[in-house]
Amino acid sequence: MTDLDYQVIVGLEIHVQLCTKTKLFCGCALEFAAEPNSRVCPVCLGMPGVLPVMNRLAYEYSVLAALALNCQIAEFTKWDRKSYYYPDLPKNFQTSQYDLPLSYDGFIEIPLETGQSKRIRIIRCHLEEDAGKNLHTSGSHSQVDLNRTGTPLLEIVTEPDMNTAAEVKALAAELQRIVRYVGVSEADMQKGHMRFEPNINLAITKDGKAYRTPITEVKNLNSFRAVERSVEYEIQRQLDEFLEHGTTLEMGNKTTRGWDDDRQMTVLQREKEEAHDYRYFPEPDLLPVKMNETWLADIRSRMCELPLQKQQRFVQTYELSDYDAGVLTADRATAEFFDEAVKAGGSAKRVCNLLTQIGLKMANDKGVSLVDLGVSCEAVANLANMVDRGDVNASASTTIFEHMVTTGKAPAGLAEELNLVQKSDSSELEAIVKKILSDNAQAVEEAKSGSKKAKKAQGFLLGQVMQQTQGQANPRVVSQILGDLLRS
Amino acid sequence: MSEKIDEVQVRKVAKLSRLDLTDTEIKEFTGQLEAILEYVDKMNQLDTEGVEPMAHCLPISNCLREDTVTDSLGADAILANAPQRDGDFFKVPRILDDNSGA
Amino acid sequence: MQNICLDMDCTQLRAKVVSGELSSVALVTAVLDAIEVRDTQINAYITVFREQALARAAEIDARIARGASVGQLAGVPVAIKDNLCFTQGPTTCASQILAGFHAPYDATVVQRLLDQDAVILGKLNMDEFAMGSSTENSSMKKTTNPWDMNRVPGGSSGGSAAAVAAGLCSVALGSDTGGSIRQPASFCGVVGLKPTYGRVSRYGLVAYGSSLDQIGPLTRTVRDSALMLNVIAGHDPKDSTCVDAATAPLCDYTADLDAPVEGLRIGVVPELNVGADAQVQTALNTALEAYKAMGAELKALALPHADYAIAAYYVIATAEASSNLARYDGVHYGHRTKDPKDYVEVYSKSRAEGFGAEVKRRIMLGTYALSSGYYDAYYLKALKVRNLIRQDFTRAFQQCDCVMMPVSPTTAFKIGEKTADPLQMYLADIYTISANLAGIPALSVPCGFDSQTLPIGLQILGPAFSEARMLRIARMYERQAQWHKHTPNMS
Repeated sequence: MTDLDYQVIVGLEIHVQLCTKTKLFCGCALEFAAEPNSRVCPVCLGMPGVLPVMNRLAYEYSVLAALALNCQIAEFTKWDRKSYYYPDLPKNFQTSQYDLPLSYDGFIEIPLETGQSKRIRIIRCHLEEDAGKNLHTSGSHSQVDLNRTGTPLLEIVTEPDMNTAAEVKALAAELQRIVRYVGVSEADMQKGHMRFEPNINLAITKDGKAYRTPITEVKNLNSFRAVERSVEYEIQRQLDEFLEHGTTLEMGNKTTRGWDDDRQMTVLQREKEEAHDYRYFPEPDLLPVKMNETWLADIRSRMCELPLQKQQRFVQTYELSDYDAGVLTADRATAEFFDEAVKAGGSAKRVCNLLTQIGLKMANDKGVSLVDLGVSCEAVANLANMVDRGDVNASASTTIFEHMVTTGKAPAGLAEELNLVQKSDSSELEAIVKKILSDNAQAVEEAKSGSKKAKKAQGFLLGQVMQQTQGQANPRVVSQILGDLLRS
Repeated sequence: MSEKIDEVQVRKVAKLSRLDLTDTEIKEFTGQLEAILEYVDKMNQLDTEGVEPMAHCLPISNCLREDTVTDSLGADAILANAPQRDGDFFKVPRILDDNSGA
Repeated sequence: MQNICLDMDCTQLRAKVVSGELSSVALVTAVLDAIEVRDTQINAYITVFREQALARAAEIDARIARGASVGQLAGVPVAIKDNLCFTQGPTTCASQILAGFHAPYDATVVQRLLDQDAVILGKLNMDEFAMGSSTENSSMKKTTNPWDMNRVPGGSSGGSAAAVAAGLCSVALGSDTGGSIRQPASFCGVVGLKPTYGRVSRYGLVAYGSSLDQIGPLTRTVRDSALMLNVIAGHDPKDSTCVDAATAPLCDYTADLDAPVEGLRIGVVPELNVGADAQVQTALNTALEAYKAMGAELKALALPHADYAIAAYYVIATAEASSNLARYDGVHYGHRTKDPKDYVEVYSKSRAEGFGAEVKRRIMLGTYALSSGYYDAYYLKALKVRNLIRQDFTRAFQQCDCVMMPVSPTTAFKIGEKTADPLQMYLADIYTISANLAGIPALSVPCGFDSQTLPIGLQILGPAFSEARMLRIARMYERQAQWHKHTPNMS
């Protein structure tokens, strides 16, 4: 038996599309799925003589995201040209950042399934422009659409700190949550707002000797599932290749593989034999950006409590389960709605139940977000209190919530209107219980007997009371009275 | 430094520059570039230790515009100068490799 | 009326048009007719907008007749170098790769000319993509020097200089990356001004070396130069590198033009001047004597790194050019090769067919200087040398108000004389390149003729944004020397 052990090493290069209204260097609107070449001007077409002017919001969004990723913000940053020829890149250079990125040295805490979190270091975040799209038709030619050209992208590069496919997926999901929280990206994977390119290899120990497999970069990942699956696939593929051919890092360059979602596998991408020589040099048409205290403070003031902090606070302060806290903090508006409802006097656990079990479900069915249901956080707090006080029971709260959504009315009024208020008044209920007891002597007898039948008889009596009150009696109060009277 | 540029390098540079040069051009450029680079090498007589590289001669920074939409040109105007178009797309021979650098 | 643009400068022509003494239509017609006759020999124009120019002149005349207010260049015929985008016609940069290209936008400077009611007659010849010092690198035509038809007009704004010198427009715009306004101005005996980098918007100027390029006027008089700067200078939100008034206040450059500069201190660099031909040195010294006679003080100083300027320039300019010209690829606009076998051939063959030899050479040089393994030795080193050159000027301007030197080591040379050896051609840029590297303003003003009646230019360099004072300094001399009254004898 050979003694084999290995560790997976994954770093990520991530492109996040910023949700500015216009492109990075010109005023063309950013619009998904617009007619081909309809969002193009001389500047993003790279016509002779045109010049770029930097979008302030794109830069500020980048700084905001970098702050959320605990990065250092550069006091001085500049842009560089990265040269390569490709039909979707009309200037045949991409304006990017090379040696002085706008931020560096950060980290992201990713939640693990154990409930713990893990810190993944971030090397840098920089702002660059996107390319257009080459479309490959079935014929002998390709089509070029430049609508996407010049879209602002935040490129995030992590250290290779991830060791499982699940961690890679967790980072992807956490990053999505963060950029959405700070409002810098819609972060829709299907629309290409977030593109993850994992760099994967293995550190293998075999018979006491250490090896490393060649690094693979994986592209074309359009969903979180694809991100996770591709890493799993690569781990196995690299392991097999090592065991079969003994391929190691020293034997070959980094390769690029594309994810084939239909076949659930990575495929080696066809690249030209010549090595890339991007010939980076400072972009002479753009000025450097200097950050100062006032400006940074202004950007910092737009920061919010970040999702993982919120999630942990919900667990610690409100004693929610990690799962529930995760559900509530999946998006910022929901989390804030929850916070507000608790502030308005609802008990955390009851509000959590109302939102996770009713509100979010309804929102999901309607295809809207929770906050767009038209229900105020005060109303939810009131409903939570009604349940907690026993004014209505849990199943009634569902009905009331539904009517709050459709009618916009307050929960108390709806409970009355729908006849869902529980009778909790002891004296009123005691009279009813007494009448039932006197009408059912045999059952009382059995209930008091202490025999096997006692429990069943007590249930029968309770049922009689509920029937008498048409289900509006608070069962907890009735049980209490019933118990007291039977013991007396 | 003073290693001379040769035809092999000139061919490499021509490829990087996307210039399909003839053999005659390659020969001619090799000689000319060699002479020019030999002249340019005189910069090495200067000690530039500790000198900041100056990419911009302007003492200004932070030229930023507001995120305000301006009109695009429309596909027809954008494609008016295109050597070949396919509907509202630019048309190029089929791209088989994936050499995008972004 | 021999040639109206040689008889009167732009300022005088405008006055006549505005007063109604001369209609813009008559003026423009006269110049268009002159172009028809003379430009067959000069070949300054790539494109002439005859119909459009006449229509516009008529429109301006009508406005003047109505008593409407008109701009600073009302009705005056101007022409622009063919690297400035103008929606009226093609913008070619004298290159086959852009043959037939129509820009859907006007350069900011073009818009400003139009805003001041100038009549744009046409587009002027140049070295392809402004790369050259003789306009012989044009793929369109060979422009000749109006002072001697066997000689070059200089370059790269050779068409602009020749057209102004021959009276084929009143004033022209050119661009200057390493001397491309000043050297042809000197060769053709006109005034050429390269403003401070950032003074004039580059939007719509087809880029060669973006950190060096600057647009400026070529005119017959210093006053016209000042007037043109008034029109074209100023902030432009479309150009990040164009400074705003807060950084460098604008002024009326014509206002105090005739007021001599008191206590003028002129820096001279003896070490550098000895590199010029004897007749050029004599003309320079005579001009310096004239300044002395006007009360100026001469200060000998050193620009210790000037000798490295050509080396640094040809690395930086070509590196930027290799990137700026990458966009001419046959995909989105411009020339495309016939029957490419794949998309890579669209690039490599279109570019090989579309670019001329000098452009290819510079793209190659610049690509090499930026390529992996050579970046530090060439590009980065050149940026450091550039800084040293700028520091030279900073020190110099602590001792003097301006520096004077030749524009070119020689007067206009014969067509074909220097085309065989590109390096020798580059070396002739020794006096003009430093101003671009340092980003400072510099101008060429006529200072006499050599024994063959070829014009010689005096170069004046000043601190950044000191154009107003530089123009006054130039005007002091012009007024006294009256070289601008000499015009070429074209028969």
